[in-house]
Amino acid sequence: MSRVSGSALSWFFTGMRGMISLPALILMTSIVGFSAFALESGLTRAEAVFMSFAIWALPAQVILVGTMASGANIAACFLAVTLSSIRMTPMVASVIPEIRTRRTPTWALLILSHFIAITSWVFAITTLRNVPREYRAIYFAGFGVTLTTCGTLVVATFYGIASSFPPVVAGVLFFLTPVYFNASIWASARQPVVKLAFVMGVVLGPLLALVTPEFDVLYAGIGGGTIAYLIDRIRRKKKRCGAGGMR
Amino acid sequence: MIEDYWTFIVIAVAGFLATDIWRWLGVVAGNRLNEESEALYWVRAVATALVMAVTAKLIVFPNGMLADTPLWLRLGAAGIGFAVFLVTGRKVAVGVAMPMGLLIAGLWWIGV
Repeated sequence: MSRVSGSALSWFFTGMRGMISLPALILMTSIVGFSAFALESGLTRAEAVFMSFAIWALPAQVILVGTMASGANIAACFLAVTLSSIRMTPMVASVIPEIRTRRTPTWALLILSHFIAITSWVFAITTLRNVPREYRAIYFAGFGVTLTTCGTLVVATFYGIASSFPPVVAGVLFFLTPVYFNASIWASARQPVVKLAFVMGVVLGPLLALVTPEFDVLYAGIGGGTIAYLIDRIRRKKKRCGAGGMR
Repeated sequence: MIEDYWTFIVIAVAGFLATDIWRWLGVVAGNRLNEESEALYWVRAVATALVMAVTAKLIVFPNGMLADTPLWLRLGAAGIGFAVFLVTGRKVAVGVAMPMGLLIAGLWWIGV
């Protein structure tokens, strides 16, 4: 028993160590940018810190700060944020089957899900496969909880300092986030369907932003993802038929 | 009294709740998915396309100082950098360093 819990703890620490990595560092710099934005938009330090921990999704935070600053009421704020957060459902749903075992309690997964945002999602899809299944939840908790806590501490620390950064530095740092996602998501794609979906998202995201700026990401995700899935399905069927013909 | 905490209430309801209901729904949906099921293929494809749509928008429609830089520079840096990443064996470090180097060189060249 003690040996089992001992190695569970060591997997938690292994997850924590993911903090010392390029993606975690990149995320921390984006959060520095958010704390500058929060200050400029009139949020207090305590409000910015609470928002970072409670939402833990940068796009949703930026949207909420923007709608609050524009004087929108709570229902309008809720609507704007919730539309941008629908993407959480497929993101969480796609990693849960890899994280859980048959005995993992649902309440634990509900708590863990709060720590899933883009950076930890990429972390999950790239590293979970190297972890024994029974320790995946604790391993992901080690990374996710640490990342969220550090991100929140960054807001607390840099609130007020960040706006003194030279804009060129801030601009170059901003570019790190998309460039990192491009490389890491492609490098981690094991299945052709993921690569197809990658291309669909890259092409459709900006295109649909011009057509329907409110729902662009949602349409690009559901539409592009479905097209990618259908192409891949036909490809797999053909391959299966081809293999059958060879026999 | 309630006015003092109103911003926190807005953040809790319109921020936390508005975001986490979708995460909880993801847990409920993911719990029903088998790891090698056909449905998970589709969910993976949708999640990847969503994340990449967000990512591509950060390059095409950035915030802050980058918004004032030419689109060809951002697309060129990201595109050529990604091509180099593909042909040199898909090392993430290359995929990050190449586009960043190209962007910085381009900014310097156009005199930002």
